[in-house]
Amino acid sequence: MKPINEMKVDFLSHSVNERLARSVTAAFVAGADPTVEELSDLRTAVSEAVTNCIVHAYADRIGSIRMWLRLFEDGRVTVKISDHGCGIPDVEQARTPLFTTGGEERSGLGFSVMESFCDVVRVRSTVGKGTVVTLEKRLGGRNRARAL
Amino acid sequence: MNLQIESQDGCVTAHLSGEIDHHTARTFREQIDYTVARGQVTQLRMDFSGVSFMDSSGVGLIMGRYRLMSGQGGRLTVCGASESLAKMMRMAGLDRLPIWEEERHETHQ
Repeated sequence: MKPINEMKVDFLSHSVNERLARSVTAAFVAGADPTVEELSDLRTAVSEAVTNCIVHAYADRIGSIRMWLRLFEDGRVTVKISDHGCGIPDVEQARTPLFTTGGEERSGLGFSVMESFCDVVRVRSTVGKGTVVTLEKRLGGRNRARAL
Repeated sequence: MNLQIESQDGCVTAHLSGEIDHHTARTFREQIDYTVARGQVTQLRMDFSGVSFMDSSGVGLIMGRYRLMSGQGGRLTVCGASESLAKMMRMAGLDRLPIWEEERHETHQ
């Protein structure tokens, strides 16, 4: 299925860009007429994924993060967040609720939030090379009864 | 992000507003902890009524302050969370902690 709209944006792993990533996401999906809750949930999931890049992938340096957003005719949005950071040695362990390598104020809930707030979450990672997190969510709940 | 702090009789109220993420949580944490360290604080209230967004960094912020206050024999209470913030807090299991203030009907200036 080809997307009806897409964009790619690269930005540096400065923590101030966590908000930028959320705003970009909100702007991109506006056309899909999400409900308030769908929008809030997706922005939160994106915030978690981007924060992981900043806190973990590029823990000791500044690197580049790419967000690739695609919107499909059936109201599905995919957001791919990728980095060239340190990679995750054990993805299954990383996705365990409350697991964190990040220190005292990190709750270890990032992946749990992404999984609760999105329909699908895929993670691909290679140690020393980088990580790709793909979030997928169908939007436009209130419009689903209407024919396109 | 914005933080207004009131302090009275050993009770500190932190009125948080704006968005709480990993970036802003740091400033909230530093300013709240500085205030708590300065006085004999027996209770810390965190008021979220001005908060428009929170991700799991906000959960970390609450947990860290809970540990801080418990560690010195004090109390943390949380109030003013909108439904979307409450959803995040429930997901994190914070609803099981003894930190919930009864919602009172107050007139705010």
